[in-house]
Amino acid sequence: MELLLAVVAGTLYATGIYLMLRRRLAQLIVGLSMIANGSNVLIFTAAGLTRGKPPIIEEDAVGMANLDGAFADPVPQSLILTAIVIGFGVLAFSLVLAHRVHASAATDDIDAIKPEPT
Amino acid sequence: MILLVLPIVIPFITAIVLKVLPYRPRLLHGVAFAGALGILVAAITLLVRVESQGTQVLQIGGWPAPFGITLVADLLSAMLVVMVGIIATAVTAQSFAGVDPRREQLGYHTLIHVLLMGVSGAFLTGDLFNLYVWYEVMLIASFVLMALHRTRDQLHAAFTYVTINLIASAFLLTAIGLLYGQAGTLNLADLSIAWAQRRTPALDGALAMLFLTAFGIKAGLFPLFFWLPASYHAPPPAIGALFAGLLTKVGVYSMIRVFSLLFREPDAILYSFLLVLSIVTMIVGLVGAAAQRDFRRILAFNLVGHIGFTTVGIALWTPFALGASIFYILHHMLVISNLYLLSGLILRIRRTTDLGALGGLYRSRPALSILAMIPIFSLAGIPPLSGFLAKLAIVASAIQANQFILAGVALTVGLMTVLSMARLWQEVFWKAGPDEPDRSPLGRVMPIPVIALATLTLALTVAARPVFDLSTRAAEQVLDPQGYVQAVLGVD
Repeated sequence: MELLLAVVAGTLYATGIYLMLRRRLAQLIVGLSMIANGSNVLIFTAAGLTRGKPPIIEEDAVGMANLDGAFADPVPQSLILTAIVIGFGVLAFSLVLAHRVHASAATDDIDAIKPEPT
Repeated sequence: MILLVLPIVIPFITAIVLKVLPYRPRLLHGVAFAGALGILVAAITLLVRVESQGTQVLQIGGWPAPFGITLVADLLSAMLVVMVGIIATAVTAQSFAGVDPRREQLGYHTLIHVLLMGVSGAFLTGDLFNLYVWYEVMLIASFVLMALHRTRDQLHAAFTYVTINLIASAFLLTAIGLLYGQAGTLNLADLSIAWAQRRTPALDGALAMLFLTAFGIKAGLFPLFFWLPASYHAPPPAIGALFAGLLTKVGVYSMIRVFSLLFREPDAILYSFLLVLSIVTMIVGLVGAAAQRDFRRILAFNLVGHIGFTTVGIALWTPFALGASIFYILHHMLVISNLYLLSGLILRIRRTTDLGALGGLYRSRPALSILAMIPIFSLAGIPPLSGFLAKLAIVASAIQANQFILAGVALTVGLMTVLSMARLWQEVFWKAGPDEPDRSPLGRVMPIPVIALATLTLALTVAARPVFDLSTRAAEQVLDPQGYVQAVLGVD
């Protein structure tokens, strides 16, 4: 499972970078959100996966010497939740910004929308 | 220690009040200014407390250290929060006269206070993920400030700025994820213990580079600086002053804090790498500045170049060098913000900051020209101003560390700054220019923040000894994180 998720994270990063290098507004933003989601999967995977257990220490596990695997680590879950919320807000903002840039430059080619040289 | 939370809560409350208030300029200005002043007062009180009683710690919600979020103020954090207060007050004061009512209606002052909350939070937090959250608070506010009242130029600048900063955030988040996976904690003090036990060479190198990239982008370090000159000239000068004074320094501060707690070996490859980057940053920044023909673009390149000076101390990693860097950061925050505010005055008088269209201001406004000499020549490092002392300390620490190439480069770059600043003053004020009346009156409010910051620059020059001693003590605290760890985790 870890291997699969590691590959997923890597693919998301790679796809994100590829899309950003396409130098088009829409692809750039999709690429950015893919990288953000890639890092979310990475946090989740790197912190270790626990299957089918809630992030609560159950009563019969209290007093066990080794709690490994007895409960899911709640910290990465809350980290990702925070990161998703932040990522959503930022994504919404950059979509609007990209729309404005597109409206003012009438193209979505990033190379063509440079500001006037000074 | 309730005092610790005030520099974050005051701008937060101010931002909310500003948002719900009806649009009445005087009321808005009063609240915004009171908020900024409140941060300054709280920060100074905090610094006095930290100076006399040592590192202050607040466990949010009463959760003990590795579990809850901790706010920590050591000397370095407290000094930087004081600078936040100073720059906030100056920028807010100039905005009263310098910003158009349209922007104010769109929530200009609210956003400034949200940004200030993010910056104070980043300086005070003792938790790595919390640092990321404050970064985002600060970034989202800065994104909107950048794009507010969209002109074509500003939109493009904002888009560059947003993209590069989102990439930096992704790097930071990746580093945090990997670090948590290995160490199982995100409290910085706890991390410094856990990471020392669990570090592996492979992950160590990867993490160091991820952090360096993330913070390097924010700080504007070579080769990741290109977004900064491409965007800082576009928003109103008061915003430029805020960004230049605070945002890049947050990147430098994060480097100092995270590296000192996680990567402590002084001879690690990270530090030699950082040294090379600092040297190249200095050179590229000042060479870039020489090619520019616009007041604010010259400032942006100077900002980049001088970030190199501040990271030298991190790379050398001795108390004296790091103390010099901290002193340099304080000096540079004051001076570069002041220069941006000054460019606001000139933009007001002449409606342009293009050097070709400027000139002759010495004849029409001699007092302003003399005033402008203080920040301009302080940045240039002309004795006896604070910039000279700061550069002297950096060069001395380079020689002390037997880095003669670095000392040579620092001196050369110092000379190039003199050239760049002398040219700036000569082009704007001295050369014969278009003999035209002022396009719009300067008013009485706009120059006051510039005068105030110039006075503080002079004060920093006169009081250089105590401030430098304080910086060195802050550096010693940073280099010996035992005290920090003990203060956060309790007696160990």
